[in-house]
Amino acid sequence: MSGLLLVTQGAVSQGVLWGIMVLGVYITYKLLDIPDLTADGSFTLGGCVCTVAILSGINPILATVMGLFAGLMAGAVTGILHTVFEIPAILSGILTQIGLWSVNLRIMGGKPNNPLLQADSTISFVVDRTGLSQSQAALIVGVVLVIIVIAVLYWFFGTEIGAALRATGDNADMIRALGVNINHTKLIALSLSNGLIGLSGAMVAQMLKHADINMGRGAIVIGLAAIVIGEVLMNRVKNFGLKLFSAVVGAMIYLLIRAYAIQLGLNVNDMQLISALLVAVALAIPVAMRKWREKAAYTEEDLYAAEHEGSGVKALAEASEDADKEGR
Amino acid sequence: MISLKNVSKTFNRGTINEKRALDNLNLVINDGDFITVIGGNGAGKSTMLNAIAGVFPVDCGKIEIDGVNVTRDPEHKRAKYIGRVFQDPMKGTAAGMQIEENLSLALRRGKTRGLGWQIRAEERETYKNELSRLGLGLEDRLTDRVGLLSGGQRQAVTLLMATLKRPELLLLDEHTAALDPATAATVLKLTREIVEGEKLTALMVTHNMKDAISIGNRLIMMDRGQIIYDVSGEEKEKLTVEDLLRKFEAASGTEFSNDRMMLSR
Repeated sequence: MSGLLLVTQGAVSQGVLWGIMVLGVYITYKLLDIPDLTADGSFTLGGCVCTVAILSGINPILATVMGLFAGLMAGAVTGILHTVFEIPAILSGILTQIGLWSVNLRIMGGKPNNPLLQADSTISFVVDRTGLSQSQAALIVGVVLVIIVIAVLYWFFGTEIGAALRATGDNADMIRALGVNINHTKLIALSLSNGLIGLSGAMVAQMLKHADINMGRGAIVIGLAAIVIGEVLMNRVKNFGLKLFSAVVGAMIYLLIRAYAIQLGLNVNDMQLISALLVAVALAIPVAMRKWREKAAYTEEDLYAAEHEGSGVKALAEASEDADKEGR
Repeated sequence: MISLKNVSKTFNRGTINEKRALDNLNLVINDGDFITVIGGNGAGKSTMLNAIAGVFPVDCGKIEIDGVNVTRDPEHKRAKYIGRVFQDPMKGTAAGMQIEENLSLALRRGKTRGLGWQIRAEERETYKNELSRLGLGLEDRLTDRVGLLSGGQRQAVTLLMATLKRPELLLLDEHTAALDPATAATVLKLTREIVEGEKLTALMVTHNMKDAISIGNRLIMMDRGQIIYDVSGEEKEKLTVEDLLRKFEAASGTEFSNDRMMLSR
């Protein structure tokens, strides 16, 4: 197989597995309107917990689920800091993320790296039975997982609790006045989000056959970049399930771009800067365009009044007279 | 019946901005009362409504709804009893969600939310019927996002949401103040239809003295965190704007010099 094809295949498989993390970021960033910085730590946590569990002889599927639960608990810590102690969401996430650095090293016994070597994993399970390559097997497992996760999220956000969670991100004052404890909805969202991020970390570690203390560095920015790419590519999509799907596609494209850039000689260490720039530009463009439009729209003479005869003060006076006549 | 006994609230205590917003306030709201609330800026009208809704904890006193002491209950727990419409039309609805989603969220006010579907086919008929009462054609736009509606339409939807599940008390906090005159008149008409038609108990803050006199069965005037005038029945019906101004001057010892009040005489 040619090198480029191999690179593409590896990037797509990784993209699908990273896509699960992007779905987690989607929940906090898009639905709850909180950029949750726990992600970097909980992604690594999922990988560490899963690999350590596998090496200690635990069934790989169970080990993967443990990675998910570890992420879920990390999210709950951020949620409690934010809701019970009212620490701003971004700072709560940073605190958990920083703390997780030490926790992750502890879990891996003080080593920065935890190789799986020839140990069984959910991916080697498929490799052994089908004879496919590691990245092909990862792609199959990843696609199945993504379909399950999107289906579960689609269902969950259609339920009463899920809708209350969406409403919390949309208008917290309103949903509180309708009897929802928004501390609970935020806690559920942060836990669910980081659970998915932990699951993603567990899967990526199994695909790469090792967990690394730095594997989650910049995960939140990659998540945001993937969401932005997905939105640009599928900006007309209205269906919630397809919106989630577009985030996964965004993750695949992101990792493809990264793989090709590295293939073309880009230093892998520069990728963080590129991701940050991508997200910054994507967020800055709408603001810059609005400012430019406001500037361009200014005219010295009141063109609106010339176009709409009888507007302005006179029309206002007439309108209030009309209202008086209506017996107000 | 809703009662407030010796309720006080001071904001920014111990600072230069200290403000005693509610000062030993006492009020009994009987079932079926439709009360209009007037008073100058900073009289404590909104603070009283927010104290009842539980937006902040009060410093002292007791608030009871149907014999249940809710003084220490947080806002989301009191939501079971209370429907609310805010001054800001953007505040009462979720812009990014569909009209039917907003209504379904309101239908579950005060109920435990589980993992059942939020949108149910059998409830859709109710939403359509209720929306058609508004006369705004919204019954054919169930799946439109609320963000597409005008301020007046959103306020009408909020009013519907606040009363979709019958509230023990409806709180209307200058809910027409941010609307243009014609739209305000429409929303006010809807308010009367709903509150009078369903015999709801309601508190309506307004800065329009004419409205305060012509709407509801009871009127209260507030000043400096207290109720300085409470009138109902026939006596209220005979009131004029001039009467109210005189009452205010007599009770508070100052002239009623609120610009917004004067304009709406």
